[in-house]
Amino acid sequence: MGKKHQTPLLDELKKGKWISFVREIERAAEKSERTEDLLGQVEESYHDKVNHWKHGGMAGVKGYGAGMVGRFSEYPDKYPGIKECHSMRIIPSAGFFYNSDFLRKLADISEKHAGGLLNFHGATGNIQILGMSQAEAEDVFQAVAELGFDLGGSGSDLRTPSCCAGQARCEFANFDTMKICRHLTEEYLDELHRPAFNYKFKFKFSGCANDCVASAARSDLAFIGTWKDKIKINQEEVKNYKKKFNVQKYVLDKCPTKCMWFEGENLVIDDENCVKCMHCINELPKALKAGDERGCSILIGAKAPLVTGPRMGMMLVPFYDVNEDAKNDYEWIKSLISNMWEFWDEYGVSRERIGELIGRVGLNTFLEGIGLEPIPEMVEHPRSNPFIKFTEDEEE
Amino acid sequence: MAEEVKKKRLTDIGPHDYNEYLSPVIKNNYGKWAYHEILDPGTMVHVAESGDKLYTVRMGSPRLVSGSFVRDICDIADKYCGGHLRFTTRNNVEFLIEDEKNVEPLKKDLEKMGYNVGGIGNIVANIVHTQGWVHCHTSASDASGVVKSVMDELYEYFVEDKLPSKVRIAFACCLNMCGSVSSSDIAIVGTHRKPPRIDAERLRNLCEIPSTIAACPTNSIRPDTVDGKPGVKVNEETCVFCGSCYTVCPAMPIANAENDGLSIWVGGKVSNARTKPTFSKLAIPFIPNDPPRWPGVVNAVKTILNEYKKGAEPGERVGEWIDRIGWPRFFKITGFPFTKYHIDDFRLGETTMNYSSHARL
Ligand code: HEM
Ligand code: HEM
Ligand code: SF4
Ligand code: SF4
Ligand code: SF4
Ligand code: SF4
Repeated sequence: MGKKHQTPLLDELKKGKWISFVREIERAAEKSERTEDLLGQVEESYHDKVNHWKHGGMAGVKGYGAGMVGRFSEYPDKYPGIKECHSMRIIPSAGFFYNSDFLRKLADISEKHAGGLLNFHGATGNIQILGMSQAEAEDVFQAVAELGFDLGGSGSDLRTPSCCAGQARCEFANFDTMKICRHLTEEYLDELHRPAFNYKFKFKFSGCANDCVASAARSDLAFIGTWKDKIKINQEEVKNYKKKFNVQKYVLDKCPTKCMWFEGENLVIDDENCVKCMHCINELPKALKAGDERGCSILIGAKAPLVTGPRMGMMLVPFYDVNEDAKNDYEWIKSLISNMWEFWDEYGVSRERIGELIGRVGLNTFLEGIGLEPIPEMVEHPRSNPFIKFTEDEEE
Repeated sequence: MAEEVKKKRLTDIGPHDYNEYLSPVIKNNYGKWAYHEILDPGTMVHVAESGDKLYTVRMGSPRLVSGSFVRDICDIADKYCGGHLRFTTRNNVEFLIEDEKNVEPLKKDLEKMGYNVGGIGNIVANIVHTQGWVHCHTSASDASGVVKSVMDELYEYFVEDKLPSKVRIAFACCLNMCGSVSSSDIAIVGTHRKPPRIDAERLRNLCEIPSTIAACPTNSIRPDTVDGKPGVKVNEETCVFCGSCYTVCPAMPIANAENDGLSIWVGGKVSNARTKPTFSKLAIPFIPNDPPRWPGVVNAVKTILNEYKKGAEPGERVGEWIDRIGWPRFFKITGFPFTKYHIDDFRLGETTMNYSSHARL
């Protein structure tokens, strides 16, 4: 079969040891002819050093305001196969667990109705099917729905929540990340499908402070597992580690609060001074385990640079007893979330992330608005400038 | 047609029940794992309190994959894993194996098919990346091509455990920074260097002027009258070429073949282990786009990695290593020039100055 477009620049990227995306696009084109035009246009971008997509564009399915990203080629006559090249976002299975039966059916759908290309996964966590036209969107949506899968978020809505594998396959997990992730996705389906916020809002869940879904940097509301009581120490295993490497230098000396030491042969931890950073547990997993009183911290406001600069999540709730709340269908966290969204709705402006709103109105106003008290865990240190706004209720 | 019963349209069905996809050993030991061991850079084993074992083989993926790729991994999962597999948060594929005897044959099959096994331990993990020229209109560079070029060069670090700690590399094709570039050990970010062009005619029809003005981080967009009609002008003195205005207004395109390229950032992390999460900081302000192989970017990443490997202590992430040796030394040993662009002048940027007499002389 002759090639429709010559792609000398892209062909270079079929060489080398790392698996080649060019090869993947070619394989997709074998099943879904239109994708040859994608190769052609990307080759042209490689030549011109600019992208050749038109700005934005609407695409979607009936009844939803979200779930698809519209994309149109700048050169529809030259590349008719990607005149319309929309992508559809699909809520993944929590923890990204699948079986071969489902994945094969999804591959079939992508080849039958779209360009035969998929993203496993988008950065937010969605499965994405690439390269469909608006006319095909409904068919793809229904085919996916028959497999029991729904569309994900896009635009100014609740984006698709995601989580680390947590208790399914990690001994460090302090709470059931997959369960709460699925529960809150179900709870807020309407907010996810029908954009009604000032801007996007993301949830992410990590079972411990290693934060394997990078929730502290990539979600407006980050849930990071932690514990309250003492780290459990198996002194025999500590001794085994001491035979293998310099535990003093690489574990104790690196503890950020210097709260561990040896008394004779025994490792001692001053748990009141431990900030649950995970370092010692990462290094000595057979010897050390988190305590039994487990839950998570909640951090708020992380976002990328635009418009007012990047933010990391900041501590809002040091210990949320998620295991207890799970017994009440997560009532406590849902009421906190609804307070937050009401505040954001009332005081936020269009395209303002919640972190930017907090920056603009001040954390105190936000805390008052959502009904939380200020506590020292929220700050790195107290203010060092004296421009204090005393309020009426203090002047007695 | 008329007599055909109309099928009910399915909507709002929500997330699929993940329990359906958990293998028996995971279901039985959910929340009851005792410890894990990394057997080699492609394999780990999790041991449950019950004594049950679960082996995981991790495989690299280009993230953008074909249906045929999906069928390949399904065939492997059927042959060795009872059809069970998962993807990681860095878009790797993981095969979940109950019978230890299946581990080596599975890896051999993958290698025979040309797939990459690795990515566990003190390695360079898969590069979290974005859409690029393959699918996004605001891209200043291509994601997949840069990632492929860098991973080809760093391949040995994906398949062998040879670094002081794990190194996370991330890529974003514009300042929207979809993904995790703002907090990675090494980040590669698409960058423009010229202000947007304004198409006054289209702007009137296509853009909402107040939201375009509000999109600008440096207040460089002002209302303007063009031929007696409403429009905008851009203060080119203060514009930082972020492209945010183009995101909201199609009539302000900013892509530019000669002046678009990539910047390199270092020292970010999200984990809380030892030190708090930190942002990545600027190492190289600009490297021109040079497809298909981007040698400038590849060399810069290699330089950072080589110096890090030589200088860091076991367990030290890139940012922790730089904190210990100091930024002046980082620039000296990498040979990257320190320029005026490294000095933060965005809003409260002066908080990044050195307010002390501390200097490594
Ligand atoms: C120009 C149109 C844009 C396109 C085509 C685009 C594309 C994408 C895609 C495909 C994803 C992964 C989505 C998923 O998994 O569901 C994503 C994630 C993301 N986008 Fe965009 N994006 C665009 C605009 C923006 C803008 C304007 C911002 C910020 C102001 C932004 C910030 C992000 C961030 C931070 C993530 C990552 C979230 C995470 O890591 O979980 N994007 N984007
Ligand atoms: C040694 C103890 C650790 C264990 C058992 C562990 C476990 C895991 C697991 C199960 C995943 C896959 C998560 C998912 O896809 O949902 C993962 C991925 C990840 N972990 Fe950890 N982790 C450990 C330590 C760390 C540390 C210390 C860091 C950061 C310094 C870290 C950062 C990450 C990141 C960024 C990923 C994404 C990697 C990928 O998808 O390939 N982890 N980890
Ligand atoms: S965040 Fe913690 S619990 Fe979750 S996978 Fe990573 S190490 Fe395990
Ligand atoms: S978890 Fe971190 S702070 Fe706590 S004892 Fe271990 S190293 Fe120290
Ligand atoms: S980083 Fe920028 S160019 Fe790349 S996908 Fe996101 S919005 Fe598009
Ligand atoms: S490119 Fe960015 S800084 Fe320049 S005018 Fe547009 S929004 Fe403002």
